[in-house]
Amino acid sequence: MSLFSFLNKRSSAPTARERLQVLLAHERATVGHADLVGLLREEILAVIAKHVQLDGDKVSVTMERGEHVSTLEVDIEIPVTASMRAA
Amino acid sequence: MAKVIVVTSGKGGVGKTTSTAALGAALAQRGEKTVVVDFDVGLRNLDLVMGAERRVVYDLINVVQGDAKLNQALIRDKRLETLHLLPASQTRDKDNLTAEGVEMVIDELRKSFDWIICDSPAGIERGATLAMRHADTAVVVTNPEVSSVRDSDRIIGLLDAKTKKAENGERMEKHLLLTRYDPNRAERGDMLKVDDVLEILSIPLLGIIPESMDVLRASNLGAPVTLNDAACAPALAYRDAARRLAGEQVPMTIPGERRGFMNKLFGRRAA
Repeated sequence: MSLFSFLNKRSSAPTARERLQVLLAHERATVGHADLVGLLREEILAVIAKHVQLDGDKVSVTMERGEHVSTLEVDIEIPVTASMRAA
Repeated sequence: MAKVIVVTSGKGGVGKTTSTAALGAALAQRGEKTVVVDFDVGLRNLDLVMGAERRVVYDLINVVQGDAKLNQALIRDKRLETLHLLPASQTRDKDNLTAEGVEMVIDELRKSFDWIICDSPAGIERGATLAMRHADTAVVVTNPEVSSVRDSDRIIGLLDAKTKKAENGERMEKHLLLTRYDPNRAERGDMLKVDDVLEILSIPLLGIIPESMDVLRASNLGAPVTLNDAACAPALAYRDAARRLAGEQVPMTIPGERRGFMNKLFGRRAA
């Protein structure tokens, strides 16, 4: 088994290269300017907080920086009582 | 005309001080008057690598603050009379280094030296930005490893923004010095290759220094690796890099590379 395991082991340098390329593409774009995705996150949360009292534990924000697109996922739990108050 | 070089990297431990000493000695061996300047105030080590740690009387801070004349602080190398060292202070901190003071020292060094090589501290703070501020050319020392490449990219950004040249709208010349390279590990796919790093950082290559015991041996003995054993692989690589800095065309080789049977058969394209 161990004799042949080296055949399955993928070399790590290509992974290092890909990770660096994606990371640096983002870092070069954000140095000196505000991070757009970060800015969006702040403003979206501020708008929602105007209408609904946000519970920090019920808000989940995830960010994924991809090679060509980044995704920002904002998942907020809004309690029924809050929507009744708004209506 | 004097040329000011900054040896920088962002990340610590990649070989800035070793490279400063080795390139400085190689340039001095060409008969050109060279001074290596330690900017790592509080954590000086260039004196130790150069083997001059017991001869330090005055330092860069003393000169900046007017407590000593530049000539009093300069230490002439015992092996090479064209090689000089301006040590950093070990007891003061970086706040004692002022932009005006550094400018004055560099301007004065320009009058009497052909090469002024500034050994930058790690990081991107005041010490590092002052070391690069007056440079004509930057040598970016990088290991074939992800954190070093990332930090080098950051430093390249600073070289294009925070230097005198950049502020005057001129182009800062930048060269990549790839250190601790192991051609066999790169060939097996366990280490970033020269071409990978070059493609990511996109600055021209000054040299490839192989990972070698000779580097540690030279620093143990307090001698630049180019002086300690002129025939060892890293010494040859540093000497070639110094020749390229001086404007010579030298073919790029990877010292110590063992060529595989297939590579020998089909040849290998130049890096």
